[in-house]
Parts: sequence; C-alpha cells; structure tokens
Amino acid sequence: MNFFEIIKQLAEVDSDVLGRLDSRRAVFSSLGTAAKRGAMAATPALLGAFFQKAYAGTSGTKVGTIAEIFKYALTLEQLEADFYKKMVDSSVFGSQSAAAQAAIRQIKKHEDAHVALLSAVLTGLGSPSTTTTTFKASAFPADWTGQLQVAQLLEDTGVRAYKGRAGDILAAGGAADANVTGVGTVNPLQAALQIHSVEARHAAHIRYMRSQTPWITGSGDLDGQEHYKGTTPESTTTQAGIDLLTVTSGKTYTTAEAAASFDEILTPAEVLDPVRAGALVG
Amino acid sequence: MSDKSSFFAQSSSFIQRRSFLKYAGATAGTAALVLAGCKDDAPGVEPANTMVEVGSADNGVLNYAYALEQLEAAFYLRLRTGLYYTTIATAAEKQILDDLAKHEKTHVDFLKSVIPSGSIIKTLEVDFSSINFDTRQTVLMAAMTFEDLGVAAYNGAARYLTNPLTVLTLGKIVSVEARHAALIRDLLTYNSFTGSDVVTQFVPASGLPGDGTGTGLEISKTPARVIELVNPFLKDGSKLVAASLA
Repeated sequence: MNFFEIIKQLAEVDSDVLGRLDSRRAVFSSLGTAAKRGAMAATPALLGAFFQKAYAGTSGTKVGTIAEIFKYALTLEQLEADFYKKMVDSSVFGSQSAAAQAAIRQIKKHEDAHVALLSAVLTGLGSPSTTTTTFKASAFPADWTGQLQVAQLLEDTGVRAYKGRAGDILAAGGAADANVTGVGTVNPLQAALQIHSVEARHAAHIRYMRSQTPWITGSGDLDGQEHYKGTTPESTTTQAGIDLLTVTSGKTYTTAEAAASFDEILTPAEVLDPVRAGALVG
Repeated sequence: MSDKSSFFAQSSSFIQRRSFLKYAGATAGTAALVLAGCKDDAPGVEPANTMVEVGSADNGVLNYAYALEQLEAAFYLRLRTGLYYTTIATAAEKQILDDLAKHEKTHVDFLKSVIPSGSIIKTLEVDFSSINFDTRQTVLMAAMTFEDLGVAAYNGAARYLTNPLTVLTLGKIVSVEARHAALIRDLLTYNSFTGSDVVTQFVPASGLPGDGTGTGLEISKTPARVIELVNPFLKDGSKLVAASLA
C-alpha cells in the first residue's frame, strides 16, 4: 500500500482534501511521528486517523483552522448579542416582569462576554475579525411573545452550531493549550465547550420561560421548526451507531425520551441557511 | 499468579501509593491485574487497592462519563423512594424528575454499549447515605450538585480526547446535562440558571457590545477535582481514580 499514491488519487476526486488538513506540512510531520514510533506509514490504523482528520466533520462540515471556527462562532455570538440588545431596547421590555427582564439582561451579558472573548482570541491569533454581524431589524418581532420565540430558536441553534464544530476544533489541534497574545492560556476546545454549555443553559431557561420543556422532546410548540431538523435532526435516536431504543432489553424510555436525552448538531451551511439563522442576519 | 502480577505486587510495597496508582493508570489495560496483584500482597489496605481506574485518552474519558452518568441515574432512581418524591413534589416536579431519570438511564445504557468491553469499568455501587431524600430543598440541592458537576466534568475532560467523534458524542450529552442543571437551579431559585458559581459573569465597562471583563464561560473542573467531589457518593471498591486524565 502506497500512502502517497492514495492521497494523490484522493486529491484527484476531491481536490480540497489537502486543504482539509492543517497543512501539507502537518501531513508529513504526522508521518514522521508515526515513523518514530516504528509504525508503517500506510498501516490501516494510520490511514484511519488520517481520514478521520480530513473528514472529521461527520455531516458535511469541513475541518478548518481554530481561527476560522472561532470566526464562525463570533458571527453567531454577535447575532445573539445584537438580538438581546434589541430586546432590551424594545418598547415592550419595560413592561415585562422584573424576573423576565433580569433573565434577558443576564443572557445578554453572557453573549457580550462571548463576543469579547472570541474577538480577543482572534486578535491574539493574528486573525482579527473585521465584520460585525447584526440582527436584521425587519426580522425583529415587535411583541414580547415573538421575541421570546426567536430567542429560543437562536439559543437552540447556537447549541447545535457549537456542537457541530467541536470535533473540528479537536481535529485542528484545539485540545492543546495555546498561549494567545493578549488573552493568556486558552484551550480552544474547552473554551468552545464552556460557551456551548452556557448557551444550553440559556436555551433551557428561555424554553422554561415559554412553558416548554427545557430539553427538546419534539412536542414543544416550536420543535417542528427547521431549527430542530437538518441532516441530524433533534429526533435522532441512534448515537455513534448504537440504536438507543434497542440498546438494552426491556427499555424503560420512549422514543421521545431517547431523542431528548441527546442534543444534535447543525453544520455551518445548515445554521446559515435562510430557513434558520441565515434569514436573521441583517 | 503470573510473573507480571507478582512483579507489580512486589513493586507496590516500596512505591508510594499515589505514584503507584499513577503508574497503574498509565497502562489502564493492566490496571485490574496490577490491583489484583497487590491485593494478595497487602490485605490490610483494602480500600486503596480497589479503586476504579478509568483509563486514559478517549476510553478513559468515556469511562469517566459512564461513572458520572451511573451516579446520576442511581440518584434519580433512589429519590423515588424518598418523601419528597412520594408525597411532596408537585405533578410537574415529578414529571421533571421522571424525565431526568430517563435521560440519565439512556446515557448509561449508551455509554455501556459504546465503551470497548476490554476497557469498560464495572457497574459502580453508590452511597447516598449523606443525602436527605425527604425534603424538596435537600433533594433538589443534590440534583443541582450532580448536574452542575456533570457539565463541569465533561467540559474539563474534553482536552484528553483524541477522536473528533468522541467529542461529538459527548457534546451531545453535555448540553442536555446543562439543560437539566439550568432547570433544577431555576426550581430552587428562579433565574439562577447561570449562577456565578457555575458561569464566570461579565461586568460591562460601557454600553458597547463586548466591552467589559469576565468571559461568560461555564466554570469547568479537572477530573481530579470532580473525582474528589464524587467519591464520597461511591462505596469503597467503587471509588474512582483517573491518574491518566491529568
């Protein structure tokens, strides 16, 4: 088996394959590491690792650099931050309960913080963001009920978006601590997950404010929207090839319960599709 | 007894307990054999001999997750016999606790079947004797502890993973745990879904977006810290050690 011949052939049908890897240089250096361990360059195990790296986004997402992935995250955070700014500035905000106002202000603070952190990391990586994403004014609902609906869709989409790139961050070397100028030590994978779970807490609270279950059962009033569908819909009950409904004999949970116990991903293309967040960017 | 285990048995008498466990963890596959070996050698120090080593890298993190999910599932099962659940909880609260029990059981069943049989840890025995299952406050406080800890643990262990698919899979679980945590917190104190004990708060410096200090990140915990907090809820023989996740 000739490893380089395989790459060459693969490149003929998929010209972007080398672009999916950190760099051509990284391919060679990883081969060097393998050689040091005494492994054959073309053993199936190494090839497996190689392809896993090139195609880590399991549902069409491309592996990018940390900077590219963080820019994507920043776009979503800017969208959310501007949405909550519009909520707080809205004429109906002042007439809501003190608790509701406090919750939205709290969530807005987190989104602002995420914008600040991601911007600082990108600047430190030498890849500063030059764009500011805003929430489309014409898509902003005038009424509180409509605003909370959008908030729920944005938060649940945000959770799916971060999850959709977590594997890519690992593949891009993001599981290792990096010393980022102006920020300090950052573990990109951990940082993204630390935002991801905060977004999930937001989603849970907004859903609860709207008298919905904090988790996605499929029977919520918005659970049928496109935001919960996609190539890996929230109704999925097979995880890592294991069918949750048959995994144990005498199962004690329903299809809906099994689906709710796992959240699912959206790819960048799905997130930015006009049926989801794409239509809200303005 | 094989030559290998007797070698480890002899070694254990002069290697410090702590570094010995670390050494055992470095080769997780042989940890059981190693520990079996020193059990024969030193019957007087039973508890330390029977720690459950989760292993290293992806299988180690999956075992770690499996252990935490076992603890949570056992907790939601146990609370059903307490006075809070049987007589005090509202119908809505019962429904919530039932949902959480189902989710955690799904996680346990899934992890049990996804971890390779050669490296999976055993079914753990829990010890909830320190939890009062008869009042709303004590049950929900314990639930909050377990849910918040679960999120902090998953986030803090991702750095030890090597396979993007494992990150993806555990990511699907951790956001559901975060949803649980947020709701339990809201049930205890409304609007505490992102309390300052779990999320680093942002302090704005001006009205401009993103101008201020505080990261807005969920506070994560290292495996060592998490294990220190969960081991009191595990019986001797089921207590965890994650020497390689450090």
